Amino acid sequence: MLKLPVYLDNNATTPMDPRVLEAMTPYFLEQFGNAASRNHPFGWQAEEAVDYAREQVAKLIGADPKEIIFTSGATESDNLAIKGVFDMYASKGNHIITATTEHKAVLDTCKHIEKSGGEVTYLPVQADGLIDLAELEAAIKPTTILIAIMYANNEIGVIQPVREISAIARKHGVLFFTDGVQAVGKIPVNVQADGIDLMAFTAHKMYGPKGVGALYVRRKNPRVKVTAQMDGGGHERGMRSGTLNVPGIVGFGKAAELAMQEMEADAARLSVLRDKLENALMSIEEAYVNGNRDHRLPHVTNISFKYVEGEGLLMGFNKNIALSSGSACTSASLEPSYVLKALGLGDDLAHSSLRFGLGRFTNEEQIDYTIEQVRNTVLKLREMSPLWEMYKEGIDLNTIEWAHH
Amino acid sequence: MAYSEKVIDHYQNPKNVGTLDKGKKNVGTGLVGAPECGDVMRLQIEVDDASGVITDAKFKTFGCGSAIASSSLATEWLKGKTLDQAISIDNMDIVEELNLPPVKIHCSVLAEDAIKAAINDYREKNGLEKIEFEEKGVH
Repeated sequence: MLKLPVYLDNNATTPMDPRVLEAMTPYFLEQFGNAASRNHPFGWQAEEAVDYAREQVAKLIGADPKEIIFTSGATESDNLAIKGVFDMYASKGNHIITATTEHKAVLDTCKHIEKSGGEVTYLPVQADGLIDLAELEAAIKPTTILIAIMYANNEIGVIQPVREISAIARKHGVLFFTDGVQAVGKIPVNVQADGIDLMAFTAHKMYGPKGVGALYVRRKNPRVKVTAQMDGGGHERGMRSGTLNVPGIVGFGKAAELAMQEMEADAARLSVLRDKLENALMSIEEAYVNGNRDHRLPHVTNISFKYVEGEGLLMGFNKNIALSSGSACTSASLEPSYVLKALGLGDDLAHSSLRFGLGRFTNEEQIDYTIEQVRNTVLKLREMSPLWEMYKEGIDLNTIEWAHH
Repeated sequence: MAYSEKVIDHYQNPKNVGTLDKGKKNVGTGLVGAPECGDVMRLQIEVDDASGVITDAKFKTFGCGSAIASSSLATEWLKGKTLDQAISIDNMDIVEELNLPPVKIHCSVLAEDAIKAAINDYREKNGLEKIEFEEKGVH
């Protein structure tokens, strides 16, 4: 039996795996101790649980447990990485290189850096969402201290050439930070093989709880340090003060362990479902996949349905299917997705996009239902769309003088 | 964002979707908005020349649910009205009827603009001067 609503917004957040909740529960109740309490069993238990989770999380990304700094989530990790490097390496330089399709937590942190006297280069991306490596290398200057390029994009799922980026960074003695939120736990990420110096990631995108994330900070070759952005008790090797969120961290650890065990099978299964969904929807006239289809997360697709507007489209089924759109109308800013615009999409195509994010609990029945609902709504709205009528009459919409408002 | 029941109803069962014959002298067409802005409305009226009464109205809209509902409602209101009565339809009437939230007021303005554009198109086709309307400037 199909249970509604269907959840296909797993890039926004994932449901928690029941096994994760089970692992966490004792740490809300009888084992409630503060991991920093050194003098009694409550503290010891909490510390032991945190240590174990730190190992689980480290193992998932091929790191040493000492290299994991627990935070409140990826936004904090992004802030800590970028501001922390900017402060720590001020004597080396003040220039940071990032890309226009980064998450707001990176872009806005970079804007902050600029206000604090830093210099930031925002690399454009190519039409498929990938950065140009030659352009990246050309942007490096003597004052460059950090390259901040995400592992995989949250809207289009495109995976950046992380190993090539880190090789360039290393060659020039620049640190490489990556926002790994969408990739970690979904595809193999290994900080050694990938040459990553710092990486932000979070539990709630990999079937763990909200409110807990991590920053990986390399300890060897090179030893990386970040300046703490919060003053306090000097937790997490002095880089992040604040009482540890023990149940959250335990859940994060469990989620990481499950991802280790199940990621490969999940990815294989989901890529089949994603391809089924994508192929079926692409058989609709004037539908376009946004972003590179070969270098992409296995569970994500972003499709524009020309001549229908994204929010109008969502309204056709959003009682029963949870999806997101790059349409302006769904955001507070009334601007369409800056990521899609960075790919060179016109505002019209950006307005017409839907993002599908599959997850561990997505099944084929849900995909079949989604195909049917989306297709029907696109066709229905096109019958109502003056743009579709013009297109069908062979009118070039670019020749019309629109009243911009 | 939660939609009002009336918006949902118009979205699910839009009234008067379609196209009138632009070639006819007594059909006025208003095309407003822009694809880049995420909404385009085309509203058409057919006028009985003798009485000045709107006998039919049709729309097609590219846009969000509120834009679709605003234009659907506008066509409902237009039918049976004289041109003079039609001119006096105010976007705030639409806002009130559909219970549109502040971020969707521009949809109602667009519908009002479409009505006026259709009326002016009709007037122009029939050798009448276009009416100068004040800019609402809500966009």
